[in-house]
Formats: sequence, C-alpha cells, structure tokens
Amino acid sequence: MQSSPIRDLVVGMFVLVGFGAIGYLTFQVGGISWKVPGGFTLYATFDDIGGLKERAPVSVSGVKVGQVVGVELDELMRAKVTLDLTPTLELPVDSSASIRTSGILGDQFIALEPGAEDDMLQAGEEIGFTESALSLERLIGKFVNDADLEN
Amino acid sequence: MNQATAIHALGHRSVDFVTDLGRITRFTLQIVRALLMPRYRVRRTIDAVFDSGVLSLAIICLSGITVGAVLGLQGFYNLSRFGAEGSLGAVVGISLVRELGPVLTALLFTGRAASAVAAEIASMVTTGQLDGLRMMSVDPIDFIVSPKALGMLLVLPLLNALFISFAFFGAYLVGVSYLGLDGGQFLTTLESSMTFENDIAVSLLKSFVFGVLVSIIATYRGYTSLPTAEGVSAATTGTVVVASTAILLTDYAITALWGV
Amino acid sequence: MERLDKTLETRGDFRIAFDGVRLTLGNQQVFRGLSCGFNPGQITVVLGGSGSGKSTLLRLVGGLLRPDAGSIRVAGQEITRLSERELFRIRQRIGMLFQGGALLDSMTVFDNVALPLREHTLLSEADISAEVERRLVAVGLPESGDLYPRHLSGGMNRRAALARAVVTDPDIVLCDEPFSGLDPINVRRIENLLVEINRRLHLTMVVTSHHLASCMRMADRIVFLVDGRAVSGTPQDLLNSDDERIVEFLAADGGGPAASQDPVPSGRLDLAGDAS
Repeated sequence: MQSSPIRDLVVGMFVLVGFGAIGYLTFQVGGISWKVPGGFTLYATFDDIGGLKERAPVSVSGVKVGQVVGVELDELMRAKVTLDLTPTLELPVDSSASIRTSGILGDQFIALEPGAEDDMLQAGEEIGFTESALSLERLIGKFVNDADLEN
Repeated sequence: MNQATAIHALGHRSVDFVTDLGRITRFTLQIVRALLMPRYRVRRTIDAVFDSGVLSLAIICLSGITVGAVLGLQGFYNLSRFGAEGSLGAVVGISLVRELGPVLTALLFTGRAASAVAAEIASMVTTGQLDGLRMMSVDPIDFIVSPKALGMLLVLPLLNALFISFAFFGAYLVGVSYLGLDGGQFLTTLESSMTFENDIAVSLLKSFVFGVLVSIIATYRGYTSLPTAEGVSAATTGTVVVASTAILLTDYAITALWGV
Repeated sequence: MERLDKTLETRGDFRIAFDGVRLTLGNQQVFRGLSCGFNPGQITVVLGGSGSGKSTLLRLVGGLLRPDAGSIRVAGQEITRLSERELFRIRQRIGMLFQGGALLDSMTVFDNVALPLREHTLLSEADISAEVERRLVAVGLPESGDLYPRHLSGGMNRRAALARAVVTDPDIVLCDEPFSGLDPINVRRIENLLVEINRRLHLTMVVTSHHLASCMRMADRIVFLVDGRAVSGTPQDLLNSDDERIVEFLAADGGGPAASQDPVPSGRLDLAGDAS
C-alpha cells in the first residue's frame, strides 16, 4: 500500500479536472441550465414550425429570454409551442412570435417582437400573432406559380 | 486442406469462440462480484486511476489539440466553399463530441493504458505472483484485476471529456488565431449547436461503454495469458487488436441505435 | 484468525497423504499412481530429475491443480473435491515459498510480507508491523522493508519470500526449489533458516530441490519421484538403496549445483559473500 500523499493529490486533481470538463460539456455546451431563469410560461400556435426543436432558444431583439419546452398538435392540427421564459419579461398582449433561422445552416429559434399595447401577457396565455417558419420549397413554389400566372 | 478438414476447422473455431465468450462472461461476473463485496480496494483503485489516467494525460491532451486543430483547418476549407465559415464551431463540435472524441480517446487509451495493464497482469502470471496470491488465500481477481478494471472504467469518460475540451481549444486556436474567425462566434455556434440529450449524452455513454469493453478485454487477456514471455507479448498485442475492433464495432452500433 | 499465540499442543496433526494420484498435464503423464506421506514436524525433501513433477506435487498440495484420480488428504481432509472457497480456508494454514520468490513487484518488501496478515487477520497496523519486523530479522533482512523486490538480489528475494511464507505461523510450509540459482553461501543460509524454522515451529515442511548436499543434511525423510511414482525413505535409506534409478541420480548429481538445470531468476548475478 503505497501511501503517497502527492499521488493522491494528483489523482484528485485529475478527477476534478476531468469532471470539470464533463461539466463544461454538459452545461455550457449541452445547454442544461441549472440556474433556471424560466418559470414564465406562454404559448404560441403556428401553422408550420419547420425544424424547430425543443430547447430552441426564444429571443427578444436578439437576446435570449427563454426556450421552447414543448411542441404538440392542437385540435385544429396546428403546432402549439410551449415557451418557458424568464419571469421578469413583460410582453404586451399584441406581441408576435416568428420562427427564424440563425444563419444559413443554423438552427431555428423563436423571435418575439413586443407590441404597443399597455396590457401585458399573463402566464399561461397565448401569443396572438404568429409567423410560421419560412419554408424554402414553398417560397420557390410561390415564385414559380407567380411567374406562371404572369405568363 | 480438403473441404472436410476446412469445415472441421471452422466448426472448431466457432466452438472455441463461443467458449471464449462464456469464459469472458464468467470472468466479468467475477470482477463484478469482487467489486460489490468487501473488501474494497480503494487504495489500489486509486493507484489504477493514476496509472491509467494521469499517465495518459500527456498523449490525450496532445492528440486532442492536434485533432482539434486539424478539424478546424479541414472544416474551414470545406465550409468556406459555401461561405459558411461561421458554422465552423458547430461542425467541429458535433464531430468531436459524437464520434471523434469517444472513439479516438478509447483507441489512444487502449494503446497506452490498457495494453500496459494487460502486460502487467500477464507478467504477474509468468512470474508466479498470481499463484502466490492464490496460495495465500487472496483472490487475484479481487486483489489485482478488479481495481485495475474499475480504475480504467472510471478514467475513460474523464479522458474523453478532456480530449474533447482540448480539441475545442485546438480548433479555436486554428480558427481564430490562424484563420481569422471571430472567437465569440466560434464559441457560440459551437455551444449552441449541441444539446445534452442528443450529443453530450451519447458521448458520455459511448465512452462509458468503451471503458467497460476495454477494461474487461485488457484484464482478461492479461489474466489468461500463457506464463511465458510470448504469452505477455500476445496478451499485449491481443488487447490492442481486440479492444480496437470492439470499440469501432460498438461505435457503429451505438451511433446507429441512437438514431440521431 | 488469531493464531499467533499458538502453542505446540494446539497444533493439529497436519499430515499430508497422497494415495494413488494420477495426473496428466498436456500430453505428458506426470504421475501414474503416486503414493507418499509427509509427516508433521518433519522436513520432507522431494527429490527427482527435472520434469519428474516436483513443483507439480506442491501445486497439488496447495490445490492449485487437481489430480485426475487418487486422493490427497491434508490434515485428514480430502482436498481434491473441495470448492475454491473451501480451498481458501485450507490455504490459510499453508505457507508457500515459490520458485524465485514470487513477491509482488509493485509492493515493498514490508507490504509483501505483511499481506497475509492484512488480508486474513484483524491485527492492528502496529502489531502487523511488529510481526513483519520479527520475521524480516529472522531471515536476515532487518533493513529491507522499504525496498522493492527489484532492488533485492536473488538470495534476498528468496529470504523475503520465506518471511512472507511463515508470517502467519502456518502449519504447513511448502518450498519450491528454495536453493535454485543461489550461491553456496546463500544456499547454506536458506538451509539453516528452514531447519531452524521447522525446529521452532514444529511444522510439516515439504521442500523440493536438486541440491543433494543440502537435502541430505536437512531432510528427515526423502520422497524420490521417478517414473510418475514415489519411493520414500530416510536419507540413509536412499544412499543405501540399490535401485538403479536412484543410484544413477545420486551419481549424476555429484557435480553439485552446476549439474542442475535451474534457471537463474531475474537475471541477476549473485556476488559471492552476499552479505545482506
């Protein structure tokens, strides 16, 4: 039994650094947030959410304010998205939510645009104005159709 | 060799293979039992973590930075054709976390640490040390094998995370300092392109599974080696070959099953 | 397992008896009906040419090998049918000195000798330390506790291994070629140690060897292995025997250690007069 305090120290440091790396990967890269600034839930319904996934960020003016925590179909076969937002957020009742893509190859996220009303949305309410994901095929299709119509 | 003997040989090989599987399974169960029941060999496990982990740090870090740098370079050249250099962080990140990290770490680990363990145990067989233990009523699997196996198993996921981190750093160095990308953008795309469930979890799972495979293969080959100098050599090379193959095959299986 | 205050009376009758043992290893039949006995309190030397099965016999006693047929009784118990678990308990009464020592090279001499105590007794570290020191002094290695086996010469290794073999006060001590590869001074040293240990602890001691001179001096009885069987008797019986195989063996070994084929362990040269 080689009791070498130095050896133990080194092993301890190794394990710490290793777990630190795992922690970095898990929280920073993986996006698991354990200081959850969420709690304020809103809903938004879209015709087409495109490639929007759970955990997709929700931002206002480019600043992340929360994330998508659920996606499901409602009775009208539209996509109802659950948003988990920071509780300090104040959104007027006429705010809108649109699905955008970050960059060309990037992931999709939800951008919230605040409205002009004085009343604010309460927890559990639904955002009235939504803009579905831009679908490249539809865009091209529309373009082709319009071009056809002109001819 | 006519057809009859060839078939005969094939049959033999198959039976041998299955018998070997049975032996390895029994060996593994013995290790598990030794780990679960007292006495607990904490000191020896710590020593094993030191031997296989700390002493592998040099090559893991060096390889990590190098691989990351290469990925950065290669990724940049490919992405710049589409004007998508901004996504370099994402491309590098995903390939490292999901595939290159776990697989390369495991392969490097096999070559450096696992083969050393196999050689050590095999030479203990040769010099009669294991028999000596048995005669002293000490179970070699409890005293020698299990701590080393557990040590290797604990170390591999840690090394994997370190490898990936160092590779990120290597890619960052190349991308930012050499190729002139924006450091902040690199990191943001890298960090936001992956999720824990899809990517990090797979990485950890893979390195854990690889850890199990490597530690069992290395200790088994050492333990069952012939008590000669050739036996030690065969145990070492056999470990590297079998473990590497197992890693690559399992990698495919996990990647396919995970589905993403 | 507190056995360190053992008096002579509490020592059981640790007789070893082989009866009709048959064993084939690989494609060689090592024993074809081996019958012999090893008496408590005596040193029995097992003689025989290389390949006659001396080491194998010891491994059979320790349960590291099982015979194909026949019976082996240790202290009255038939060991050929015991499970590994039950064998472990028997082995706690046996100390074995392996050829070359077989100390664990990753541990110090002290830790090596202390191992059986740490594993099988509940002694405090202080008591263990005392016991280990006592044994190391007895074998002439008082300052070597902190060294590693690779730092020791062949002779010192052997003596450290002997200390380990007797540290738990076993009832049976098995020594596999304790003199192999040693210079004459160390051979004599080990021989004296074995005789003294046997006299003081009243053990059943089994020694395998080639070194006729030492064997004749220290043996109370001799078991001579030939043709897969055993011929037993006192040393005098052996010298007086007119069995041609025995005569041939005794004559051929007249050249002493040079005539044997023991490998020199660990490739070290033993300096004559190795004073440690």
